[in-house]
Amino acid sequence: MTLNAAITGVGMSDIGRKTGRPAMIHLAEAARRALECAGLTKNDIDGISTYPGKADNSPGMSPLGTGEVRNALGLKTRWHSAVPDGPSQMAPIQVAAMAVATGQARHVLCFRALTESSSQTASQRASIPGAGRARLGGWYSYLVPANAMSASNWAGWMAQRYFHEFGMTREHLGLVATGQRAFAQANPAAVMRTPLTMEDYLGARMISSPLGLFDCDVPIDGACVVIVSAADAAKDCAKAPLTIEAMGAALGSQETWDQRADLTTMGAHDSAADMWARTDLKPADVDVLGLYDGFSIFVPYWLEAMGFCGHGEAKDFIAEGHIGPGGRFPVNTGGGQLSGGRLHGFGLLHEVCTQLWGQAGGRQVDGASVGACGMGGGFIAGSMLIRRA
Amino acid sequence: MRPLPELTPENTAFWTGGAEGRLMIAFCDDCARAIHPPQLVCPECWSEKVESRAVPGTGTVYTYTVNHQPWAPGMAVPFALAVVDLDGAPGARVTAEVVNADPESIAIGQKMKVGFLNIDDVWFPQWEPAQ
Ligand SMILES: [Zn+2]
Repeated sequence: MTLNAAITGVGMSDIGRKTGRPAMIHLAEAARRALECAGLTKNDIDGISTYPGKADNSPGMSPLGTGEVRNALGLKTRWHSAVPDGPSQMAPIQVAAMAVATGQARHVLCFRALTESSSQTASQRASIPGAGRARLGGWYSYLVPANAMSASNWAGWMAQRYFHEFGMTREHLGLVATGQRAFAQANPAAVMRTPLTMEDYLGARMISSPLGLFDCDVPIDGACVVIVSAADAAKDCAKAPLTIEAMGAALGSQETWDQRADLTTMGAHDSAADMWARTDLKPADVDVLGLYDGFSIFVPYWLEAMGFCGHGEAKDFIAEGHIGPGGRFPVNTGGGQLSGGRLHGFGLLHEVCTQLWGQAGGRQVDGASVGACGMGGGFIAGSMLIRRA
Repeated sequence: MRPLPELTPENTAFWTGGAEGRLMIAFCDDCARAIHPPQLVCPECWSEKVESRAVPGTGTVYTYTVNHQPWAPGMAVPFALAVVDLDGAPGARVTAEVVNADPESIAIGQKMKVGFLNIDDVWFPQWEPAQ
């Protein structure tokens, strides 16, 4: 039931911490690599799509908007979009897929650029919503003024409830963190590549219980570009197109991090159910997974949301070794955001595509042809299935 | 410096009820649903007859976290944040800091009662153990 849309190229800049490089330099590098991957030139690009658009109120979180990128890269676009509100960090990809499927564009440059690491100082953190504003509005005005400022707090209380109901322990999350670190060690582009043991994990400082330092992803500077092309246009590209089989975007609860009736589930569950309702594929058909890991706890939530195991069963699924190196359902094989660096989901999709093209080097999953990607945590979520044509 | 919420027609009762020691929650007069965060129109039946009423100011810890990271200059850590299911307002929760208790002593299922911290024109709910 493949959609008339495909991923034809991906590119990532050299990422790092406190690089001092401007966001546009990262973006241009990522775009150059994505075009090369796809076998396209900048003149082939006629659409541009990003999330969430330029966000001046959150330093380094989204320093580039569509307009300045069009200007800087000299793109002649027929269609453009910046989506602050939608199915998560995946929104720009899903919107681009709809644009090419309806003929609004043929090749859309989807991007995410961040300078969160360079922007982080003692007095300002990129990830605090509404930072620098006199008065807060919106859903976070009920959390941030209560000193529930960080997503690590919101994820922390989700994890606490999940631990309480299902007997998960920090050791289970430690397996997520150490497993992804093992993948990162085989990925030259990952930010954190030194070995991480369970002892290191358990001994690290607590951030927001039960989440400690290695449960949190790593703010970085960098950019990632994904090119989404119309199915007929994709045939001219350098690589086998990765066709988009199905997407999910549903959100069945309030947009807040504390009011969902069952906080052992999250928006991922709505979004993934929506995705599976649009395909004949089943979880058993999937070879490689990119699951949003802004915090380690999101990985078991996504595994359950996508049906790789039942509700409350993720801790055993993880302990049995299914998601780490050599597992049947390898997750975040580039190291994820926990060890690879936080590219707000784009890095996870980049890795799934790299795997499906058989270009993942020492971490390659043999014969990977179907990939699943889930982005977002809390109430934000977008899901996608892609397959090598 | 703690950021303050902007006061709007729908949320002013919630943020200022503490001046009289009252935890004010929005309810629909037509279908009786509790609406939190407060809204002008009932999301259940779209009635515009939404009024804020005082609830007992007690509840049960649904979940919590102990924050150890100073996210802003001067933030004293550690402290607990409790997500509390409200008595008298089924389906509504209030998330707030826990005061007057060892942060590490907080547990799911614990009964809590509300108090308020006043800054400028805002009275922030805070939770403490009920007994
Ligand atoms: Zn109503």
